[in-house]
Amino acid sequence: MAYLVLIGTRKGLFTATSDDRRTWRLDGPVILDEDGFTAVAEIYAIGTDPDTGRILVGAATWFGPSIWRSDDYAATWSEPIEAPMAFPQDLPYRPLDFSETAGIDQPESDQTNTVKRIWQLTFGPGDRVWAGVEPTSLWTSDDGGQTFTFNRALWEHPEHTTWASGAGGPAVHTIVPDPTDPKTQTVAISSGGIYQTRDDGHSWTGITKGITVDYAPDETPDSGQCIHKVTRGTDGTLYTQSHGPAYRSTRPDGGWTDISANLPSKFGFAIVAHPTEAGTVMAWPVTASMERTPPDRQVGAWRTEDSGDTWQPWHNGLPTDPYFGGILRDGACTDAAPGDPGWYFGTRCGDVWAAADSDGRWHQVAAHLPDVLCVRAMETA
Amino acid sequence: MHIDLKIPAALASECGGARAIAVEVPDGANLGDLLDAVAADYPRLARRVRDEAGQLRRFVNVYVGDDESRRLEGQATPLKAGQPVQILPSIAGG
Repeated sequence: MAYLVLIGTRKGLFTATSDDRRTWRLDGPVILDEDGFTAVAEIYAIGTDPDTGRILVGAATWFGPSIWRSDDYAATWSEPIEAPMAFPQDLPYRPLDFSETAGIDQPESDQTNTVKRIWQLTFGPGDRVWAGVEPTSLWTSDDGGQTFTFNRALWEHPEHTTWASGAGGPAVHTIVPDPTDPKTQTVAISSGGIYQTRDDGHSWTGITKGITVDYAPDETPDSGQCIHKVTRGTDGTLYTQSHGPAYRSTRPDGGWTDISANLPSKFGFAIVAHPTEAGTVMAWPVTASMERTPPDRQVGAWRTEDSGDTWQPWHNGLPTDPYFGGILRDGACTDAAPGDPGWYFGTRCGDVWAAADSDGRWHQVAAHLPDVLCVRAMETA
Repeated sequence: MHIDLKIPAALASECGGARAIAVEVPDGANLGDLLDAVAADYPRLARRVRDEAGQLRRFVNVYVGDDESRRLEGQATPLKAGQPVQILPSIAGG
Protein backbone atom coordinates (compact mmCIF):
# COMPACT_ATOMS: atom_id res chain seq x y z
CA MET A 1 0.00 0.00 0.00
CA ALA A 2 1.02 3.65 -0.34
CA TYR A 3 -0.03 6.61 1.75
CA LEU A 4 0.03 10.38 1.33
CA VAL A 5 -0.05 12.94 4.13
CA LEU A 6 -0.85 16.56 3.38
CA ILE A 7 0.31 19.05 5.99
CA GLY A 8 -1.03 22.60 5.96
CA THR A 9 1.14 25.07 7.85
CA ARG A 10 1.32 28.78 8.57
CA LYS A 11 3.85 28.95 5.73
CA GLY A 12 2.84 26.60 2.98
CA LEU A 13 1.79 23.03 2.21
CA PHE A 14 4.02 20.02 2.78
CA THR A 15 3.46 16.44 1.68
CA ALA A 16 4.86 13.11 2.82
CA THR A 17 4.58 9.66 1.32
CA SER A 18 5.13 6.19 2.70
CA ASP A 19 4.64 2.57 1.77
CA ASP A 20 4.35 1.33 5.34
CA ARG A 21 3.37 4.39 7.45
CA ARG A 22 6.63 4.02 9.34
CA THR A 23 9.22 5.57 7.04
CA TRP A 24 8.21 8.82 5.35
CA ARG A 25 9.59 10.96 2.54
CA LEU A 26 8.87 14.67 3.03
CA ASP A 27 8.44 17.25 0.26
CA GLY A 28 7.72 20.95 0.38
CA PRO A 29 6.83 23.64 0.70
CA VAL A 30 4.69 22.67 -2.26
CA ILE A 31 4.13 25.42 -4.83
CA LEU A 32 0.50 25.36 -5.89
CA ASP A 33 0.51 28.35 -8.23
CA GLU A 34 2.73 29.04 -11.24
CA ASP A 35 4.53 32.02 -9.71
CA GLY A 36 5.44 30.56 -6.34
CA PHE A 37 3.64 32.78 -3.85
CA THR A 38 1.71 29.86 -2.35
CA ALA A 39 4.94 28.54 -0.84
CA VAL A 40 4.29 30.98 2.00
CA ALA A 41 0.49 30.79 2.04
CA GLU A 42 -1.49 29.95 5.15
CA ILE A 43 -2.99 26.50 4.55
CA TYR A 44 -5.98 26.19 6.85
CA ALA A 45 -8.02 23.66 4.86
CA ILE A 46 -7.28 20.42 3.01
CA GLY A 47 -9.99 18.15 1.68
CA THR A 48 -9.43 14.63 0.39
CA ASP A 49 -11.85 12.40 -1.48
CA PRO A 50 -10.91 8.75 -1.00
CA ASP A 51 -13.30 7.68 -3.76
CA THR A 52 -11.68 9.74 -6.53
CA GLY A 53 -8.28 10.66 -5.07
CA ARG A 54 -9.09 14.33 -5.54
CA ILE A 55 -7.44 16.82 -3.19
CA LEU A 56 -8.54 20.40 -2.52
CA VAL A 57 -6.39 22.92 -0.69
CA GLY A 58 -7.65 26.22 0.66
CA ALA A 59 -4.85 28.77 0.80
CA ALA A 60 -4.83 32.33 2.11
CA THR A 61 -2.25 34.38 0.21
CA TRP A 62 -1.18 37.98 -0.27
CA PHE A 63 -3.43 37.89 -3.33
CA GLY A 64 -6.53 36.63 -1.56
CA PRO A 65 -7.90 33.22 -0.68
CA SER A 66 -8.36 30.53 -3.29
CA ILE A 67 -8.70 26.80 -3.77
CA TRP A 68 -6.24 24.60 -5.61
CA ARG A 69 -7.09 21.12 -6.85
CA SER A 70 -5.04 17.99 -7.59
CA ASP A 71 -6.27 14.83 -9.27
CA ASP A 72 -2.89 13.08 -9.24
CA TYR A 73 -2.11 12.84 -5.51
CA ALA A 74 -0.45 16.25 -5.20
CA ALA A 75 1.83 15.90 -8.23
CA THR A 76 0.20 18.81 -10.11
CA TRP A 77 -2.24 21.54 -9.12
CA SER A 78 -4.81 23.71 -10.83
CA GLU A 79 -6.89 26.69 -9.79
CA PRO A 80 -10.12 28.13 -11.23
CA ILE A 81 -9.76 31.26 -13.33
CA GLU A 82 -12.73 32.88 -11.62
CA ALA A 83 -12.86 33.20 -7.84
CA PRO A 84 -14.32 29.97 -6.45
CA MET A 85 -16.42 31.93 -3.98
CA ALA A 86 -17.48 35.54 -3.56
CA PHE A 87 -19.70 37.06 -0.88
CA PRO A 88 -22.98 38.48 -2.13
CA GLN A 89 -22.51 42.21 -1.87
CA ASP A 90 -26.13 42.88 -0.89
CA LEU A 91 -25.60 41.47 2.60
CA PRO A 92 -25.50 43.85 5.55
CA TYR A 93 -21.95 44.14 6.78
CA ARG A 94 -21.10 41.84 9.68
CA PRO A 95 -17.95 42.79 11.62
CA LEU A 96 -15.13 40.28 11.57
CA ASP A 97 -14.43 40.67 15.29
CA PHE A 98 -10.87 39.88 16.25
CA SER A 99 -8.39 37.28 15.14
CA GLU A 100 -5.33 35.91 16.87
CA THR A 101 -3.45 36.59 13.66
CA ALA A 102 -4.59 39.49 11.60
CA GLY A 103 -4.31 37.52 8.42
CA ILE A 104 -2.59 38.48 5.23
CA ASP A 105 -5.77 39.39 3.44
CA GLN A 106 -7.73 41.57 5.80
CA PRO A 107 -10.25 43.62 3.83
CA GLU A 108 -9.15 47.08 2.81
CA SER A 109 -12.39 48.42 4.19
CA ASP A 110 -14.05 47.20 7.35
CA GLN A 111 -17.48 47.73 5.88
CA THR A 112 -17.77 44.88 3.38
CA ASN A 113 -18.11 41.11 3.72
CA THR A 114 -15.33 39.35 1.85
CA VAL A 115 -13.89 35.85 2.01
CA LYS A 116 -10.91 35.98 4.32
CA ARG A 117 -9.90 32.38 4.92
CA ILE A 118 -11.16 28.94 3.93
CA TRP A 119 -11.15 26.83 7.08
CA GLN A 120 -12.67 23.55 5.93
CA LEU A 121 -13.15 21.61 2.69
CA THR A 122 -15.30 18.48 2.97
CA PHE A 123 -16.30 16.14 0.16
CA GLY A 124 -19.84 14.83 -0.14
CA PRO A 125 -21.54 12.48 -2.58
CA GLY A 126 -20.83 12.94 -6.29
CA ASP A 127 -19.30 16.33 -7.07
CA ARG A 128 -20.55 17.89 -3.83
CA VAL A 129 -18.03 19.80 -1.73
CA TRP A 130 -18.72 22.01 1.28
CA ALA A 131 -16.48 24.85 2.41
CA GLY A 132 -16.39 26.43 5.85
CA VAL A 133 -15.22 30.01 5.63
CA GLU A 134 -14.16 33.04 7.67
CA PRO A 135 -16.18 35.17 8.24
CA THR A 136 -18.60 32.60 9.63
CA SER A 137 -20.26 31.08 6.57
CA LEU A 138 -20.92 27.83 4.77
CA TRP A 139 -20.60 27.35 1.01
CA THR A 140 -21.65 24.51 -1.28
CA SER A 141 -20.14 23.34 -4.56
CA ASP A 142 -21.70 20.85 -6.94
CA ASP A 143 -18.88 20.92 -9.48
CA GLY A 144 -16.08 19.40 -7.43
CA GLY A 145 -14.94 22.61 -5.79
CA GLN A 146 -14.63 24.91 -8.81
CA THR A 147 -17.48 27.24 -7.82
CA PHE A 148 -19.32 27.62 -4.52
CA THR A 149 -22.74 28.96 -3.52
CA PHE A 150 -23.18 30.95 -0.32
CA ASN A 151 -25.56 29.39 2.25
CA ARG A 152 -27.79 32.26 3.23
CA ALA A 153 -29.93 30.24 5.66
CA LEU A 154 -27.05 29.61 8.04
CA TRP A 155 -25.70 33.17 7.71
CA GLU A 156 -29.12 34.57 8.60
CA HIS A 157 -29.88 32.08 11.40
CA PRO A 158 -31.57 34.06 14.19
CA GLU A 159 -28.93 32.90 16.68
CA HIS A 160 -26.11 34.50 14.71
CA THR A 161 -26.27 37.42 17.14
CA THR A 162 -24.89 35.05 19.80
CA TRP A 163 -21.90 34.10 17.64
CA ALA A 164 -18.54 35.69 18.23
CA SER A 165 -14.99 35.16 17.14
CA GLY A 166 -12.68 32.53 18.48
CA ALA A 167 -9.09 33.65 18.79
CA GLY A 168 -8.34 32.22 15.39
CA GLY A 169 -11.13 34.18 13.74
CA PRO A 170 -14.88 33.73 13.24
CA ALA A 171 -15.46 30.75 10.99
CA VAL A 172 -17.41 27.64 10.15
CA HIS A 173 -14.52 25.30 10.85
CA THR A 174 -16.17 21.87 10.81
CA ILE A 175 -18.52 20.19 8.34
CA VAL A 176 -19.73 16.67 9.10
CA PRO A 177 -21.81 14.92 6.43
CA ASP A 178 -24.12 12.03 7.26
CA PRO A 179 -23.31 9.13 4.93
CA THR A 180 -26.76 7.65 5.57
CA ASP A 181 -28.63 10.80 4.55
CA PRO A 182 -27.21 13.18 1.94
CA LYS A 183 -29.55 15.95 3.08
CA THR A 184 -28.16 15.96 6.64
CA GLN A 185 -25.05 17.89 7.53
CA THR A 186 -23.68 19.15 10.83
CA VAL A 187 -21.46 22.23 11.10
CA ALA A 188 -19.56 23.79 13.99
CA ILE A 189 -18.60 27.39 14.67
CA SER A 190 -16.10 29.00 17.06
CA SER A 191 -17.62 30.51 18.83
CA GLY A 192 -21.18 29.88 17.91
CA GLY A 193 -22.22 26.29 18.43
CA ILE A 194 -23.26 23.27 16.44
CA TYR A 195 -25.96 23.48 13.77
CA GLN A 196 -27.61 20.73 11.79
CA THR A 197 -29.64 20.70 8.59
CA ARG A 198 -31.86 17.84 7.48
CA ASP A 199 -32.94 19.51 4.24
CA ASP A 200 -29.56 20.04 2.56
CA GLY A 201 -28.93 23.47 3.96
CA HIS A 202 -32.30 25.14 3.48
CA SER A 203 -32.83 25.38 7.24
CA TRP A 204 -30.63 24.90 10.28
CA THR A 205 -31.31 23.88 13.87
CA GLY A 206 -28.98 24.62 16.75
CA ILE A 207 -28.08 21.40 18.58
CA THR A 208 -25.65 22.77 21.14
CA LYS A 209 -27.99 22.97 24.14
CA GLY A 210 -26.54 21.00 27.03
CA ILE A 211 -22.95 21.98 26.32
CA THR A 212 -21.81 24.20 29.17
CA VAL A 213 -19.48 27.20 29.22
CA ASP A 214 -17.39 28.68 32.01
CA TYR A 215 -16.70 32.03 30.39
CA ALA A 216 -20.17 33.61 30.40
CA PRO A 217 -22.78 34.42 33.05
CA ASP A 218 -25.19 31.86 31.57
CA GLU A 219 -23.35 28.54 31.86
CA THR A 220 -26.00 26.64 29.91
CA PRO A 221 -26.86 28.80 26.89
CA ASP A 222 -28.88 27.60 23.94
CA SER A 223 -26.23 28.80 21.49
CA GLY A 224 -22.97 30.67 21.26
CA GLN A 225 -20.81 27.95 22.81
CA CYS A 226 -17.22 27.76 21.64
CA ILE A 227 -17.09 24.43 19.84
CA HIS A 228 -13.61 23.37 18.81
CA LYS A 229 -14.33 20.26 16.74
CA VAL A 230 -17.05 17.71 15.97
CA THR A 231 -16.52 14.19 14.64
CA ARG A 232 -19.02 11.48 13.73
CA GLY A 233 -18.68 7.86 14.77
CA THR A 234 -19.57 5.15 12.31
CA ASP A 235 -22.75 4.46 14.31
CA GLY A 236 -23.84 8.08 13.96
CA THR A 237 -22.80 9.20 17.44
CA LEU A 238 -21.48 12.76 17.43
CA TYR A 239 -18.45 13.61 19.56
CA THR A 240 -17.31 17.14 20.23
CA GLN A 241 -14.42 18.82 21.98
CA SER A 242 -15.63 22.15 23.25
CA HIS A 243 -13.76 24.98 24.93
CA GLY A 244 -14.73 23.09 28.05
CA PRO A 245 -15.42 19.37 28.23
CA ALA A 246 -15.61 16.80 25.45
CA TYR A 247 -19.09 15.39 24.87
CA ARG A 248 -20.96 12.72 22.97
CA SER A 249 -24.54 12.55 21.80
CA THR A 250 -26.54 9.91 20.02
CA ARG A 251 -29.42 12.35 19.62
CA PRO A 252 -28.14 15.94 19.82
CA ASP A 253 -31.58 17.48 20.21
CA GLY A 254 -31.83 15.37 23.36
CA GLY A 255 -28.63 16.70 24.88
CA TRP A 256 -24.98 15.84 25.36
CA THR A 257 -23.04 13.66 27.80
CA ASP A 258 -19.75 14.89 29.28
CA ILE A 259 -17.05 12.33 28.43
CA SER A 260 -14.08 14.17 29.94
CA ALA A 261 -13.99 12.45 33.33
CA ASN A 262 -11.14 10.13 32.39
CA LEU A 263 -9.29 12.51 30.12
CA PRO A 264 -6.29 14.36 31.56
CA SER A 265 -7.96 17.68 30.80
CA LYS A 266 -11.32 19.08 29.83
CA PHE A 267 -9.74 21.33 27.22
CA GLY A 268 -8.49 20.59 23.75
CA PHE A 269 -9.21 20.94 20.08
CA ALA A 270 -8.68 17.85 17.94
CA ILE A 271 -10.96 14.82 18.21
CA VAL A 272 -11.33 12.14 15.52
CA ALA A 273 -13.67 9.15 15.41
CA HIS A 274 -12.53 5.75 14.17
CA PRO A 275 -13.78 5.27 10.60
CA THR A 276 -15.23 1.80 11.16
CA GLU A 277 -15.27 0.92 14.89
CA ALA A 278 -18.20 2.43 16.73
CA GLY A 279 -17.22 3.85 20.11
CA THR A 280 -13.54 4.26 19.25
CA VAL A 281 -12.34 7.86 19.23
CA MET A 282 -8.96 9.58 19.50
CA ALA A 283 -8.51 12.93 21.27
CA TRP A 284 -5.56 15.25 21.73
CA PRO A 285 -6.22 17.18 24.98
CA VAL A 286 -4.54 20.45 25.88
CA THR A 287 -3.76 21.23 29.52
CA ALA A 288 -6.16 24.14 29.94
CA SER A 289 -7.56 27.22 28.35
CA MET A 290 -4.83 29.17 30.11
CA GLU A 291 -2.05 26.67 29.39
CA ARG A 292 -1.92 25.55 25.80
CA THR A 293 0.53 22.67 26.23
CA PRO A 294 -0.02 18.91 26.16
CA PRO A 295 -1.08 17.55 29.59
CA ASP A 296 1.97 16.91 31.76
CA ARG A 297 4.03 18.28 28.84
CA GLN A 298 3.73 14.84 27.22
CA VAL A 299 2.80 14.97 23.57
CA GLY A 300 0.35 12.25 22.72
CA ALA A 301 -3.15 11.08 21.96
CA TRP A 302 -5.85 9.57 24.16
CA ARG A 303 -8.07 6.75 22.97
CA THR A 304 -11.45 5.48 24.01
CA GLU A 305 -13.09 2.29 22.82
CA ASP A 306 -16.27 2.75 24.87
CA SER A 307 -17.56 6.05 23.50
CA GLY A 308 -15.65 8.13 26.02
CA ASP A 309 -16.50 6.38 29.29
CA THR A 310 -12.81 5.54 29.70
CA TRP A 311 -9.70 6.80 27.92
CA GLN A 312 -6.21 5.39 27.66
CA PRO A 313 -3.01 7.21 26.68
CA TRP A 314 -1.78 6.39 23.19
CA HIS A 315 1.77 7.74 23.37
CA ASN A 316 3.90 4.82 22.23
CA GLY A 317 6.80 6.01 20.08
CA LEU A 318 6.45 9.68 20.96
CA PRO A 319 9.13 11.77 22.69
CA THR A 320 9.05 11.70 26.47
CA ASP A 321 10.96 14.96 26.89
CA PRO A 322 8.84 17.96 27.88
CA TYR A 323 6.85 19.08 24.88
CA PHE A 324 5.10 22.41 24.54
CA GLY A 325 3.28 22.39 21.20
CA GLY A 326 -0.47 21.95 21.12
CA ILE A 327 -2.53 20.30 18.40
CA LEU A 328 -5.02 22.53 16.60
CA ARG A 329 -8.57 21.52 15.67
CA ASP A 330 -7.64 20.21 12.22
CA GLY A 331 -4.21 19.03 13.25
CA ALA A 332 -5.33 15.39 13.49
CA CYS A 333 -7.05 12.94 11.16
CA THR A 334 -7.34 9.36 10.01
CA ASP A 335 -6.58 8.06 6.53
CA ALA A 336 -9.60 5.74 6.87
CA ALA A 337 -7.63 2.98 5.16
CA PRO A 338 -9.89 -0.09 4.95
CA GLY A 339 -9.01 -2.77 7.46
CA ASP A 340 -6.28 -0.85 9.22
CA PRO A 341 -6.82 2.90 9.39
CA GLY A 342 -3.93 5.18 10.22
CA TRP A 343 -3.92 8.09 12.65
CA TYR A 344 -2.01 11.32 12.11
CA PHE A 345 -1.39 14.52 14.03
CA GLY A 346 0.77 17.62 13.75
CA THR A 347 1.70 20.22 16.35
CA ARG A 348 2.32 23.91 16.62
CA CYS A 349 6.00 23.02 16.94
CA GLY A 350 5.95 21.63 13.41
CA ASP A 351 6.19 17.93 14.23
CA VAL A 352 3.95 15.36 12.55
CA TRP A 353 3.44 11.73 13.53
CA ALA A 354 1.58 8.76 12.06
CA ALA A 355 0.46 5.42 13.49
CA ALA A 356 -1.34 2.50 11.96
CA ASP A 357 -4.20 1.37 14.17
CA SER A 358 -2.84 -2.18 14.31
CA ASP A 359 0.70 -0.97 15.04
CA GLY A 360 -0.20 1.29 17.94
CA ARG A 361 3.13 3.07 17.66
CA TRP A 362 3.74 6.60 16.39
CA HIS A 363 6.35 7.20 13.71
CA GLN A 364 7.64 10.66 12.86
CA VAL A 365 6.49 11.96 9.49
CA ALA A 366 8.12 15.38 9.71
CA ALA A 367 9.95 17.58 12.21
CA HIS A 368 10.57 21.31 12.59
CA LEU A 369 7.99 22.44 10.05
CA PRO A 370 6.20 25.76 10.45
CA ASP A 371 3.18 25.86 12.79
CA VAL A 372 0.92 22.98 11.65
CA LEU A 373 -2.65 24.14 10.97
CA CYS A 374 -4.16 21.01 9.42
CA VAL A 375 -3.25 17.42 8.54
CA ARG A 376 -5.06 15.12 6.12
CA ALA A 377 -4.05 11.67 4.88
CA MET A 378 -5.19 9.19 2.30
CA GLU A 379 -4.34 5.82 0.87
CA THR A 380 -3.07 6.21 -2.69
CA ALA A 381 -2.63 2.65 -3.89
CA MET B 1 -6.05 56.21 -24.23
CA HIS B 2 -3.22 53.79 -23.78
CA ILE B 3 -1.84 52.77 -20.36
CA ASP B 4 1.13 50.51 -19.71
CA LEU B 5 0.44 48.38 -16.65
CA LYS B 6 3.54 46.84 -15.11
CA ILE B 7 3.06 43.38 -13.60
CA PRO B 8 5.13 42.00 -10.68
CA ALA B 9 6.99 38.74 -11.12
CA ALA B 10 4.68 37.11 -8.57
CA LEU B 11 1.72 37.60 -10.92
CA ALA B 12 3.40 37.33 -14.30
CA SER B 13 1.98 33.92 -15.13
CA GLU B 14 -1.50 35.45 -15.15
CA CYS B 15 -0.41 37.42 -18.23
CA GLY B 16 1.44 34.64 -20.01
CA GLY B 17 4.70 35.68 -18.36
CA ALA B 18 4.52 39.30 -19.51
CA ARG B 19 5.87 41.92 -17.09
CA ALA B 20 3.76 44.64 -18.68
CA ILE B 21 0.47 44.74 -20.55
CA ALA B 22 -0.99 47.48 -22.71
CA VAL B 23 -4.51 48.46 -21.69
CA GLU B 24 -6.86 50.71 -23.66
CA VAL B 25 -9.26 52.81 -21.55
CA PRO B 26 -11.46 55.78 -22.45
CA ASP B 27 -10.07 59.28 -22.08
CA GLY B 28 -10.76 60.50 -18.55
CA ALA B 29 -10.64 56.99 -17.11
CA ASN B 30 -9.50 56.45 -13.55
CA LEU B 31 -7.60 53.61 -11.88
CA GLY B 32 -10.78 51.68 -11.14
CA ASP B 33 -11.70 51.81 -14.82
CA LEU B 34 -8.27 50.49 -15.71
CA LEU B 35 -8.62 47.57 -13.29
CA ASP B 36 -12.11 46.85 -14.66
CA ALA B 37 -10.61 46.67 -18.15
CA VAL B 38 -7.90 44.31 -16.92
CA ALA B 39 -10.55 42.06 -15.37
CA ALA B 40 -12.18 41.52 -18.73
CA ASP B 41 -9.03 40.02 -20.26
CA TYR B 42 -7.23 38.71 -17.19
CA PRO B 43 -9.87 37.67 -14.62
CA ARG B 44 -7.52 35.80 -12.32
CA LEU B 45 -5.01 38.67 -12.29
CA ALA B 46 -7.90 40.94 -11.42
CA ARG B 47 -9.00 38.89 -8.43
CA ARG B 48 -5.43 38.74 -7.17
CA VAL B 49 -5.47 42.55 -7.04
CA ARG B 50 -9.02 43.28 -5.81
CA ASP B 51 -11.46 41.36 -3.62
CA GLU B 52 -15.08 40.61 -4.45
CA ALA B 53 -16.13 43.99 -3.07
CA GLY B 54 -13.82 45.69 -5.57
CA GLN B 55 -11.31 46.84 -2.96
CA LEU B 56 -7.57 46.60 -3.43
CA ARG B 57 -6.25 43.70 -1.39
CA ARG B 58 -4.45 44.73 1.75
CA PHE B 59 -0.97 43.77 0.60
CA VAL B 60 -1.33 44.84 -3.00
CA ASN B 61 -0.22 48.35 -3.91
CA VAL B 62 -0.91 50.03 -7.22
CA TYR B 63 1.29 52.96 -8.14
CA VAL B 64 0.11 55.68 -10.51
CA GLY B 65 3.24 57.35 -11.67
CA ASP B 66 5.46 57.51 -8.60
CA ASP B 67 2.67 57.54 -6.04
CA GLU B 68 0.86 54.70 -4.33
CA SER B 69 -2.80 55.07 -5.21
CA ARG B 70 -4.02 55.03 -1.60
CA ARG B 71 -2.09 58.29 -1.11
CA LEU B 72 -3.90 59.78 -4.08
CA GLU B 73 -7.59 59.24 -4.66
CA GLY B 74 -7.60 55.46 -4.47
CA GLN B 75 -9.30 53.84 -7.41
CA ALA B 76 -10.82 57.23 -8.29
CA THR B 77 -7.35 58.49 -9.13
CA PRO B 78 -7.52 59.93 -12.69
CA LEU B 79 -5.13 58.58 -15.28
CA LYS B 80 -3.27 60.38 -18.04
CA ALA B 81 -2.36 58.95 -21.44
CA GLY B 82 1.01 57.27 -21.37
CA GLN B 83 1.20 57.39 -17.59
CA PRO B 84 2.83 54.26 -16.13
CA VAL B 85 0.81 52.25 -13.65
CA GLN B 86 2.47 49.52 -11.63
CA ILE B 87 1.20 46.71 -9.39
CA LEU B 88 3.61 46.12 -6.50
CA PRO B 89 2.74 43.61 -3.77
CA SER B 90 3.99 44.08 -0.24
CA ILE B 91 5.79 40.87 0.55
CA ALA B 92 5.03 40.87 4.25
CA GLY B 93 5.18 38.40 7.09
CA GLY B 94 7.65 36.66 9.36
